[in-house]
Amino acid sequence: MMMLSNNLNTYLILGVFLLVAGIYGLIQHKSFIGMLVSTELVLNGAGVNFMAFNRFLAPDPAVGQVITLFIMGIAAAEAAIVVSFILAVFRRYQSIDPNEVKELHG
Amino acid sequence: MHTVLGLAVAFLGTAGIYFYLGSMFLTLMQILIYVGAICIVLVFGIMVGYTPTEVADKTIKDWRNKFLAIFSATTAFLLLIACVLKTDWVPALAENRDFSITHLGEEFLYTYCLAFELISIVLLVAIIGSIILARGGREDEYKTIEHLRSAKGNYPNDDAQ
Repeated sequence: MMMLSNNLNTYLILGVFLLVAGIYGLIQHKSFIGMLVSTELVLNGAGVNFMAFNRFLAPDPAVGQVITLFIMGIAAAEAAIVVSFILAVFRRYQSIDPNEVKELHG
Repeated sequence: MHTVLGLAVAFLGTAGIYFYLGSMFLTLMQILIYVGAICIVLVFGIMVGYTPTEVADKTIKDWRNKFLAIFSATTAFLLLIACVLKTDWVPALAENRDFSITHLGEEFLYTYCLAFELISIVLLVAIIGSIILARGGREDEYKTIEHLRSAKGNYPNDDAQ
């Protein structure tokens, strides 16, 4: 158990799992809110990856934490933007299904 | 709704991973920002735009979507796992192992000062932009309501004038 929690590959695989779960949800969900949730999962996987490399490989352990905090800030801004976007889309189309919103569809 | 609850649990698990990786500060930030702020924003979004009636009618497309999603996700998973396991990671020579918040704050305000200021501007612009996006279209709504009312001819303030 000590070996597992002190191994770089464990954390990398966890980060990959978060990323893949996010990709799955991004393709499979049929509402903008589900897609937003999946995007948050992808960003979390990136943060876990940065922290793992920071813990095991980096010369200075503050760099990965700084970048992970930047990722959190970007994710918060993105969530605010997307929720207001959902509000605007719902007001116009009365639905949050991405298949309904296709005025620019070729 | 269950999606957001599961997301909160996933965020708590990620906070646990950060704790294992040696950063108490990031654990607290993860719980504070993600579980405390982003999940609330998502619940608000669900409250505004949830329409349960239109979900259940496209089964064939649904299956195709699900198959595509599973296929691409497993492919990406296997490829990335292969990459992770094949590479032998060489650690850099450790200069310091200082995980304290003091060191983190110094890095923020000296080395990454420009990025720090930039992300505050990004957050400000995002907040202003989301307010403008959420407010836009409201006047049109009022106009259509007034149009409907005046077309019906029983606009309630007509008698007062």
